[in-house]
Amino acid sequence: MIDLLNFHIIPGLVLGSIYALGAIGVSLVFGILRFANFAHGDTMTLGTYITYTFIHLTPLYGIVALPLALLIAVPAAMIATGLIVLIIDRLFYRPFRNSPVIIVVIASFGMMLMIRSSIEMIWGPQLKAMITGIQPPWFFFDTIRVLPKHVAILIAALVLMGIIHYLLSHTKIGKAMRAMADSPDLARVTGIDTERVVKATWMIGTALAVAAGVFLALDGQMKPLMGFSVLLAVFASAILGGIGRPYGAMAGGLVIGVAEELSTYPWIGDGPLLSPGYKAGVSFAIMVAMLIWRPNGLFKGKVF
Amino acid sequence: MSVLELTDITGGYGETEILHSVSMRVDEKEIVVIIGPNGAGKSTAMKAVFGLLNLTAGTVRLNDKDITHLAPEQVVRKGVCYVPQVGNVFPNLSVEENLEMGAYVRTDDFGPRIQEMYELFPDLRTKRSEAAGALSGGQRQMVAMAKALMLDPKILLLDEPTAGLSPKYRGEIFRVVRDINSIGVAILMVEQNAKQALNIADRGYILVDGQNRMDDTGPALLSNPEVGEMFLGGGTDKAA
Ligand SMILES: Nc1ncnc2c1ncn2[C@@H]1O[C@H](COP(=O)(O)OP(=O)(O)OP(=O)(O)O)[C@@H](O)[C@H]1O
Ligand SMILES: [Mg+2]
Repeated sequence: MIDLLNFHIIPGLVLGSIYALGAIGVSLVFGILRFANFAHGDTMTLGTYITYTFIHLTPLYGIVALPLALLIAVPAAMIATGLIVLIIDRLFYRPFRNSPVIIVVIASFGMMLMIRSSIEMIWGPQLKAMITGIQPPWFFFDTIRVLPKHVAILIAALVLMGIIHYLLSHTKIGKAMRAMADSPDLARVTGIDTERVVKATWMIGTALAVAAGVFLALDGQMKPLMGFSVLLAVFASAILGGIGRPYGAMAGGLVIGVAEELSTYPWIGDGPLLSPGYKAGVSFAIMVAMLIWRPNGLFKGKVF
Repeated sequence: MSVLELTDITGGYGETEILHSVSMRVDEKEIVVIIGPNGAGKSTAMKAVFGLLNLTAGTVRLNDKDITHLAPEQVVRKGVCYVPQVGNVFPNLSVEENLEMGAYVRTDDFGPRIQEMYELFPDLRTKRSEAAGALSGGQRQMVAMAKALMLDPKILLLDEPTAGLSPKYRGEIFRVVRDINSIGVAILMVEQNAKQALNIADRGYILVDGQNRMDDTGPALLSNPEVGEMFLGGGTDKAA
């Protein structure tokens, strides 16, 4: 039974918090700009590669230990990636602000391919490792086995979600984001600087995407397709939580992550219920089921 | 001098022309009421002030300065506040957060202003941390008005503030409109409750099919038989 906790629930929570961080960004962008941003997964990848560059191609890693190097490199990469995304918004999305939604959705689809190709051109298509070497797990009560990096990811994700909560509920720009998600027209006639809100949305969503990407790379490998490969699960999380609702996205991510990992537990017989290769199918199935039966998501109540 | 002056406004949404050369003005400290049948373009005329319309002709002037092509947030900064007919509160924000958003362009401490709003609308004080979307229609309308007043505007645009409200709330809203006006805020108001509105109005405009049909002082319109037949008869009070 302890295997269920060690090899499914804990990794599921880790994966889930990565999905959640990605899904918050998708939800924020959907709530405020009203389109499904297909490029979000590749934004995660881009942020991860930029973090990698900051760590390995600058003297940073030689000077300080890895955890500290990450603490410096990740925020720097959040800002750098955020600025790139702001430029993308200015050039490729903003001209379509008043056009039918499908146009900007397709623009984000094109952007997704462009970002990925750029990553392959700059950093190459081969696998990379953010960290090398093997970490011994920590044991609690002799039975609970956790990898230190998993502890770090869970804590960091929790802190980031706390920051997002504070931002949305206690700061002027966060409240303006919620206001604009409620009603963009009323926001404008109220005097809210909507373009500023849009910029804040991109910066925050991208910052979380960078964190999600880096955590994904710490948990596995870095490759140009890494962000795209979780895009489906990220969208499923956002939909599960009720798209446009960041708090729902947090819960949705955790549910999807744990569900994916639980699907490979040997519930019946000795082998895994689902071969791990089909894990992604779980989020797809949940997403389709949600779209059919509860398209508004699990949490009807409080939006945002 | 006119606070707000619309001159020969022609335009609409996209291609369709809704307003045909509409003109109206609001002088300092006035209450001006717009009445007219459904679909006459009353709301559209208000949107024209906020640059939310495709104008093919006409100008909007505020204190004699041209604001025709300003973006909505800039119009707000100039001291014009607007309560739209529908969707005039942020439903998922609390009452107090709605007021804070009303003060978005302010950089000073607007805490005292919030307290003034709670004095003007005592009902709202007890509901301050409830989501605006969960309030009754009348209370929502109060939130919308308080939100618009946060900037201490020179002129307040109200689009059917009493539509769908019970007589109690309707009276309350008219009382507040008078109170606000008595401290010097000019009011431009669209109203279906024409009789009550004209009673407190200095002047009124009648808009039909996107055109000026008639304008006069409040009392004169009230006693005008043609107006009486069209708007003040038994069946016109649709909100009752
Ligand atoms: N957003 C919009 N896009 C296109 N047409 C619109 C829009 N809003 C209103 N119209 C049209 O413009 C015309 C005038 O509408 P408007 O809302 O100004 O009328 P109104 O006088 O305010 O009516 P009511 O008493 O029902 O509020 C109507 O024919 C309406 O269908
Ligand atoms: Mg109207």
